[in-house]
Amino acid sequence: MDAITLSRLQFAVASYFHFLFVPLTLGLSILVALMETQYVRSGDEQYKRMAKFWGKLFVINFALGVVTGITLEFQFGTNWSRYSKYVGDIFGSLLAIEASVAFFLESTFIGVWIFGWKRLSPKAHAVCIWLVAAASNLSAYWILVANSWMQHPVGYVIRNGRAELADFWAVVTQSYAVWMFLHVLSGAYILAGFFVMGISAYHILQGKDLAFFKKSFRMAATFAVIFALAELVIGDIHGKEMVKAQPAKAAAAEAVWDSAKGAPMFLFAIPDEANERNSVEILGIPKLLSWIATGDANGTYKGLKEFPKDERPPVALTFWSFRIMVGLGFFFAIMTVIAWVKRNKPEENPGLLKVLLWSIPLPYVALELGWTVTEMGRQPWIVYGMMKTTDAASRLAGSQVGLSLGAFVIVYSLLGLVCFYLIYKNARKGPEPLPVATTN
Amino acid sequence: MLETIWFVLWGVLWAVYFMLDGYDLGAGTLAPFLARGDTERRIIYNSMGPFWDGNEVWLITAGGVTFAAFPTTYAVMFSALYTPLLLLLFALILRAVALEYRSKEEGGTWRQTWDILHFIGSFVPALLLGVAFANIFQGIPIDGEGIFHGNLLTLLNPYGLLGGILFVLLFLVHGALWLAIKAGDPLGSKAGNMAAILWAVLLVVAVVFLVASWFATPLYKNYLSYPVLWIIPLLTVAALLAVRAFISKKAWWSAWFASSVTIVGATLFGVAGLYPNLFPSSLNPAFSLTIFNSSSSPLTLKIMLGVALTFVPIVIVYQIWSHYVFKDKVTEEDLASDEAY
Repeated sequence: MDAITLSRLQFAVASYFHFLFVPLTLGLSILVALMETQYVRSGDEQYKRMAKFWGKLFVINFALGVVTGITLEFQFGTNWSRYSKYVGDIFGSLLAIEASVAFFLESTFIGVWIFGWKRLSPKAHAVCIWLVAAASNLSAYWILVANSWMQHPVGYVIRNGRAELADFWAVVTQSYAVWMFLHVLSGAYILAGFFVMGISAYHILQGKDLAFFKKSFRMAATFAVIFALAELVIGDIHGKEMVKAQPAKAAAAEAVWDSAKGAPMFLFAIPDEANERNSVEILGIPKLLSWIATGDANGTYKGLKEFPKDERPPVALTFWSFRIMVGLGFFFAIMTVIAWVKRNKPEENPGLLKVLLWSIPLPYVALELGWTVTEMGRQPWIVYGMMKTTDAASRLAGSQVGLSLGAFVIVYSLLGLVCFYLIYKNARKGPEPLPVATTN
Repeated sequence: MLETIWFVLWGVLWAVYFMLDGYDLGAGTLAPFLARGDTERRIIYNSMGPFWDGNEVWLITAGGVTFAAFPTTYAVMFSALYTPLLLLLFALILRAVALEYRSKEEGGTWRQTWDILHFIGSFVPALLLGVAFANIFQGIPIDGEGIFHGNLLTLLNPYGLLGGILFVLLFLVHGALWLAIKAGDPLGSKAGNMAAILWAVLLVVAVVFLVASWFATPLYKNYLSYPVLWIIPLLTVAALLAVRAFISKKAWWSAWFASSVTIVGATLFGVAGLYPNLFPSSLNPAFSLTIFNSSSSPLTLKIMLGVALTFVPIVIVYQIWSHYVFKDKVTEEDLASDEAY
């Protein structure tokens, strides 16, 4: 394999792995902050135990999110130096802002929060976790602004042989970025909701520490249902943005080969890239695709054949990733509505609890598939319509990248296993017992 | 002018990173030699517990700022230093995970494994950062396309290794002083004694490094042109001597601050000599990346300057606050809490 393919694989490994940890950080930080706020307001020790128990799982997860993010930032320089040189004027500044505005805040206050239970007043301590939550979500905004710029570059001029910033405000506030941010964030909150519901379900099924886990369950169910329902709307709007900004990606995501007015949506299809058609198309709903994509049942949906063959993304991968993600999105909406309806008496619904327990991995799958659509669907471009991925890589020896890729796979696998083990063990063990009340 | 301001900021970010993470990396490297038993080991972990994460972000920001202000340098520097940089990142990953996970489980093997990884994750970054900067000071074999003509061994030349040893020693003294502050006896006094011994070695290596820089690098050119710059090495040497005086008085905080000045001064000594280069080529000076031929557009530099001048002072304030909150020694009672490392 050549150095470019290896660099792509390495970036894929690094970003998939990074995103196993990020969404839980984004969502669980808010849930823990809510729990601790409840404790500060009511003085109810149960809420403090909740903040501590879920906070412990949060911290185990947080560590890997942080360290794997650093390698991503530095890989733009190590493996994608021609990209960095060409777009650094814009892309680099977004990453630098992320570090100075958000990452510092998050990393400093997580330390204060972990070690500060006895040193700060309960109020000040709760403020720390809110700062962590706010900073990590803000951090996500800057990163997604940077990624959005790769999907839909705006606010630049080509000057001095590179892309230079022309309109900072346009880059930072473009609607593609805003909707992508809301889309990813909702996904992350759904994931955190399922994580807390699933682990709570396990303990409720065991009949352990019922009051504690019912409270956790109720909170997570409410949190998750809000964002699972919102995601149906947000995902739709973000999808419409994609159709406008990246028609080739949209065509691949729906496996549409020929442009069509009033395009139907096939509930099941199998793309056949070699023959530029779908070998199977069944359960077509007339005009649905055009309606979803453009808001007009007779709107035009661009097909893949509009684009030269070397400017099309891999169709099957993009299509399947998109389909499964969307399907899971509907599943989350249904499950969270049911969970929310049953939120006060979850122990009476063991079937629901079992489904929720086994559903913990599903939001992870959905989010990773979402990134697959985003990144694979953009190919062969690294910056859509501006720079091809093949022109972006560093001129490195294949052996060098092969070696580092091997190291990534080995080190990350081991760390992933260790992290999973610690979360699994601590999640099963449950919270520390309530301190015995001393009566005078 | 903008480029020069960014050059200074760039140097300061690296210097602050070395000053802050330096004590973590130093203490982590010393741990196997100083700590006896699990309690002492945990005191070392917890002495940096609330801080290391925030300290490490200075590195991310230094990297990010290189990307934002000098994208061509970022591109060439990071791809030319591919292998050492990835080794550095892997080492820092191990360090972070060791800190977070080590005490989450009882058991000898588990903890011993993380202790070893924590040592590697502390020592290797200290060494590599020194090797990298010393090589930058003397020039890197890059061609006009920014392609690196060499390998990891090219960088492990005598002057590069000397830079690595210098960094390790700077951080060891810094870390030993940190432990003298944060640990009660007997660990604290052991660390204080260690600082005194390491200081003597550091003094010798620092002198050798300053002399070797005369022969191996063009750093002194700027000093001969602008004699006012001599104030940097003079202050650095004065701070280094002050470290020893404070150690004798067992004034650990003062010694640590003097050591901080030493580290910042040592970094700025090199950075000032480098100006206006960021990544000089040893093959042909025309291939060198300077602040002028590798910088971002004036608009980006201005916006980023606004961001940096607003947020970096805020960061400094809350990081000082966090150090103030946890200024006390780590006690055995602290170790008993569920959250402790």
